[in-house]
Amino acid sequence: MSVTFEHKKNGINTENEMKRRIAEIRRDFPILNRKVNDKPLVYLDNGASTQMPKQVIDTISAYHTYHHSNVHRGVHTLSQESTDLYEEARETLKKYINASSTKEIIFTSGTTDSINLVMHSYAKKFLKKGDKILVSNMEHHANIVPWYMLSKSHDVEIVVIPITDSGELDLDTFHDLLDDDVKIVAVNHVSNALGTINPIEKITETCRERGIITVVDGAQACAHLTVDVQTLGCDFYAFSGHKMHGPTGTGLLYGRKELLDVMDPYRGGGDMILSVSFDEIIYNEAPFKFEAGTPAIAQVIGMGAAAKYINEQDKKFIHSYEQKLLEYATDKVSDVPGLKIIGTAENKISLISFIIDGVHPHDIGTILDEEAVAVRTGHHCAQPVMQRYGIPATTRASMSFYNTFEEIDALVLALKKVTDLFDVN
Amino acid sequence: MMLTSRTKNLYQEVILDHNKKPRNYRVIDEPTHSAKGHNPLCGDRLDLYLTVSDDNVIQDVSFVGDGCAISKASASIMTTLLIGKSLEEAHEMFDGFHDLVTGKSEDDKALNNRLKVFAGVKDLPARVKCATLAWHTLNAALENKDEVTTE
Repeated sequence: MSVTFEHKKNGINTENEMKRRIAEIRRDFPILNRKVNDKPLVYLDNGASTQMPKQVIDTISAYHTYHHSNVHRGVHTLSQESTDLYEEARETLKKYINASSTKEIIFTSGTTDSINLVMHSYAKKFLKKGDKILVSNMEHHANIVPWYMLSKSHDVEIVVIPITDSGELDLDTFHDLLDDDVKIVAVNHVSNALGTINPIEKITETCRERGIITVVDGAQACAHLTVDVQTLGCDFYAFSGHKMHGPTGTGLLYGRKELLDVMDPYRGGGDMILSVSFDEIIYNEAPFKFEAGTPAIAQVIGMGAAAKYINEQDKKFIHSYEQKLLEYATDKVSDVPGLKIIGTAENKISLISFIIDGVHPHDIGTILDEEAVAVRTGHHCAQPVMQRYGIPATTRASMSFYNTFEEIDALVLALKKVTDLFDVN
Repeated sequence: MMLTSRTKNLYQEVILDHNKKPRNYRVIDEPTHSAKGHNPLCGDRLDLYLTVSDDNVIQDVSFVGDGCAISKASASIMTTLLIGKSLEEAHEMFDGFHDLVTGKSEDDKALNNRLKVFAGVKDLPARVKCATLAWHTLNAALENKDEVTTE
């Protein structure tokens, strides 16, 4: 993707103005002020978890301080306040992904939980022996293992959509793989190991024509792209609160209402029923029938606050800024001896996965941590991606809108210390 | 370039050298003992091979595999120390090494000098598994287990 920073359209005429806006955003994130090993923290592990702005922290704290009680239960004031805040978060998140109804917004414990819900409540009910599920080669384990479990219990087949050397879906092969047995296509919106942004609209269009259900893992997209589930045209969309500047322990599953209506609950318990007797149980409607037990109320409210925070930002500015960071980082890391970027797709979020000749990513991670640069090293819970490129692991620097060009410089300097120490030329 | 003292302590010359040129890096065709070691967190893998005589003396030991500098150097140095040692001596060496890298023992006088280069590991709990992978694999091989994982 060619990126032109839209200075004029956004009324941002100078680099200084851009820096001023980023400095302002950084002030919202208290953790960015801390030090590691007496050096300013350079947090480049946003793919694993994004930091929370004080607006989110304050919202969670206020809930615990003033409103804490259970939801959907009591008639007392606190319970009503909790319920209102919880359901307000559902409304905010509905808007965040442009779903057509809050009935399509199910709170879960995270992306993994969301995909497991689809597997248990949809796939187990509607797939039969011999059916196929297409899963891409660049999926996170969260979008592989549930399908693998289903393949064992229900005798359905998993077929892999290959990826190209640059880390893009091989769409020609994808089309060739489609036959009448394919019932589900499971792909991520953005690859956590490569940064690739996948052409979801193209995929869902093809699948709709054939009546194939699409399950999109949006964990890496939810903070970086404007997600519009109606435009994307997917049947299910899953993501996590902590990947979009909210707290851990929360996630969301969007499902088309017609599908949710015919699906059975995933878990049984309180809050998901209309009536219970030993003769008959009548389930509540979606989304409540999928939210058994007391939910992570404070965290869900925090996730709502995170969506609100992002919605209040100038998204166009943030997106183009992140692309600037990606361009800058891609250019700068190429100066590091022996470094090779894994994942060079045309459309990427601000994430760079790389290897360095003769240096194991774990050693890179340790030395970078000494320099207060936080990156992820390992297989990124995407071992099939590592196998595809014949490598055990990569180092991943994943950026957010609060990162700066100076932090990229700090990363590159730390990497050069690594290559110096290991004598890489 | 300026490195932190912890980095310098951890990545000593000896470790970097063994990482680059691992000793006894080969397969033994007909070993009396062998095992696979795996550290799932970082993906380190190594295959360890041993030839142990009837009177429990290690005649030969070798490894192949892929891993970080700490795990590779640890495996390499381990093999250089074990040849000619009795199984009892090997176990004692592992105990001393384990105490060193987990910070359990300050008194490392009895420990072989070549193992002391791993003292820096005790400051980095996440790396202890890297340093001990080869040794755990050795234990597994001697106990006739095929595979061991350190988590």
